[in-house]
Amino acid sequence: MDQPRIDAILSRYEGSSADLIPVLQDIQDQYNYLPKDELKVVAERLHVPMTQIYSVATFFKMFSLIPKGKHQIKVCLGTTCHLRGGVKIVESLGHRLGVEPGYTTKDMKFTLETVGCLGSCAQAPVMMIDDKYFGRAGVDKVPKIIKQFK
Amino acid sequence: MPKFESVDHLQQYRRQLQASRDPNQPQVLVCSGPGCLPMGSIEVAAAFREELETNGLKGKVLLKECGCQGLCARAVKVLIRPQEIAYQGVTAEDVPEIVEATLKNGQVVERLIYEHPVTHEKAAFKADIPFYKGQMPIVLRKLDLIDPKSLDDYLALGGYRALRKALTGMSPEDLIDAIEKSGLRGRGGGGFPTGRKWRICQEALSDVKYIICNGDEGDPGAFMDRAVMEGDPHAVLEGMIIGGYAIGAKQGYIYVRHEYPLAVTHLAKAIDQAREYGFLGKNILRSGFDFDIKISRGAGAFVCGEETALIASIEGYIGEPTPRPPYPAENGLFGFPTIINNVETWANVPEIINMGAEWFASIGTENSKGTKVFSLVGAVNQTGLVEVPMGTTLREIVFELGGGLRPDRQFKAVQTGGPSGGCIPEQFLDLPVDYDSLQSVGSIMGSGGMIVMDNTSCVVDVARYFISFLHDESCGKCTPCREGTKHLMHILDEIIAGRGEEGHLALMEELCATMASASICGLGMSAPNPVRSTIKYFHDEYMAHIRDKKCHALVCRPLLKYTIDPETCTGCLACVRECPVGAITGKKKLPQELDQELCVKCGLCYEACQFEAVKVE
Repeated sequence: MDQPRIDAILSRYEGSSADLIPVLQDIQDQYNYLPKDELKVVAERLHVPMTQIYSVATFFKMFSLIPKGKHQIKVCLGTTCHLRGGVKIVESLGHRLGVEPGYTTKDMKFTLETVGCLGSCAQAPVMMIDDKYFGRAGVDKVPKIIKQFK
Repeated sequence: MPKFESVDHLQQYRRQLQASRDPNQPQVLVCSGPGCLPMGSIEVAAAFREELETNGLKGKVLLKECGCQGLCARAVKVLIRPQEIAYQGVTAEDVPEIVEATLKNGQVVERLIYEHPVTHEKAAFKADIPFYKGQMPIVLRKLDLIDPKSLDDYLALGGYRALRKALTGMSPEDLIDAIEKSGLRGRGGGGFPTGRKWRICQEALSDVKYIICNGDEGDPGAFMDRAVMEGDPHAVLEGMIIGGYAIGAKQGYIYVRHEYPLAVTHLAKAIDQAREYGFLGKNILRSGFDFDIKISRGAGAFVCGEETALIASIEGYIGEPTPRPPYPAENGLFGFPTIINNVETWANVPEIINMGAEWFASIGTENSKGTKVFSLVGAVNQTGLVEVPMGTTLREIVFELGGGLRPDRQFKAVQTGGPSGGCIPEQFLDLPVDYDSLQSVGSIMGSGGMIVMDNTSCVVDVARYFISFLHDESCGKCTPCREGTKHLMHILDEIIAGRGEEGHLALMEELCATMASASICGLGMSAPNPVRSTIKYFHDEYMAHIRDKKCHALVCRPLLKYTIDPETCTGCLACVRECPVGAITGKKKLPQELDQELCVKCGLCYEACQFEAVKVE
């Protein structure tokens, strides 16, 4: 375990139990998942039982207890994207990358996820890779989009 | 950077700012809102930066990346001030021409101006575009005027004047009176009177109180709160500070969805600036009032838009709702009285204080005052954000502002209120939209998502979509919601799979009644709405699925059949590459064959075919 790294994250907070979610978010952002040893440190410093950490980590969608891929693909399945074929994009991506939604490719390059709504409904269907948005992303555009990240 | 020591100091600074700004200064405003960002607004802004520099116009022409300009269908939008020429569908390649023709020679680039989707009439100036004509922007007013990262821009337009007015001339009592008299109701869904909420919280006996801004805009199809947080963050802060003063709170929280990273960035910057200028922190404008705001990032859970779940999540717990009463106004965050309002509600507050409660109350209908922002999306020509007075009819919104539907499509329904709302059919198009009228037809206002559906959308599929969404997002605490959504989904799956039975509709109605009366929170109580409203208004469509095993909208997969027309197939193999089960075979440049036994009816071949050789029935 990288002690200075986790210490640096925790040092930004007062150490109250209400800091739990922001601390876990920082860990998720930096490590791409929530490593078990780091969570033990968090439990100790914030005086929060491991059971509460586990319940929070498994309740919210942004947290993962296993490492995620280098690039996070988020396909929007909001109402408009649903009507405009968002599901087909998920299937096309899944087929091309060889993963089911919620999973990571074997080479750890991509994690494929679906989200409730990305809030760019006028450009449905929408997908996001890391921080970049892709609007009007039909199935025919999928190969070109993922090529940029390969 | 000034730190305002007094209200006079603020006034003096504002006057200087306004005097130093030339109203005729040429400005390029590149829309960087939720609709333009995915279409390349960053690249367009970068191209302008470069082009202005090479043409020696840097400093002479102001370039701003502003918030949402509304008409998302025509992304990327660029507004040229002072003439207010509205360019649409701009790409980085168009930028040199705009700089040369418009900024250097004052001419309009005809090919980039607005064209009406039906009449094909053209309009170069914002004021002439029908999409903007019927609108009344209050919350969205500043979005295409300011750089959201500039507090000076906000101040120059009269920002924080409401706060000054509140701190110098109004008592907390006056403020609550004003909000009550204005008739403002919560814009997040429930429509609870904001003034009454504030009064309950003000009267609660406690030294510690909190203010929360609910920016967990979870309803799929709604993005007005994102647009406001990203495009005019100080309006939200100003509303919250006034709210804090009114009820005697010292700390505020803004809870922003995990999926809105740019909103977090802009709000964080706005908070830093507000502290620096002295609008947040100790002794604000020397009034003796202390107030500060923290951002709390969501972690991805729809149920956290429900106020008690949101509060639990700020406290560090999972987002499980708790039964009300007690309401947060009496017993909220960390057990203290808390006001929780949504983004659009907070953004209305400064305008009400500036313009007066009577002004606000003069807009709208009897029980729904002011304006409402709707995100008009789906099968409508002019998608985007619209802000109209309460009481505007659905027909005006869809057909006048929205420019109607594609000529080859027929209107089917408008879905409002997100997963808790319902589908409103054609017969109610002349309904004046407000909180009560939407409820009377089995839907709700919700946060303002308005999704137009045409004949290519299947209502059974839409009902199934919302129920599956709610099933995923149900926190699982109470049985009616957890099990109810599961079983509704199961029945809808059976209908979609062609195994529907006559008794299924009655069974769903019964389940819906139980869920509506026995769930703990709004999520479960309103979960039946999508099912109930579609059964009520689209009974025939359900029966077509159940009796005839047909989905006329060609959406429900098990009821479809795909074939390849050998006459039109060119043998390009695009469909073969897409097919996940290897059901399509044949030689290159020869017509392909589709094996019906293997076909999983995913429709990927249909999407991939460039020659319309894949047929579906």
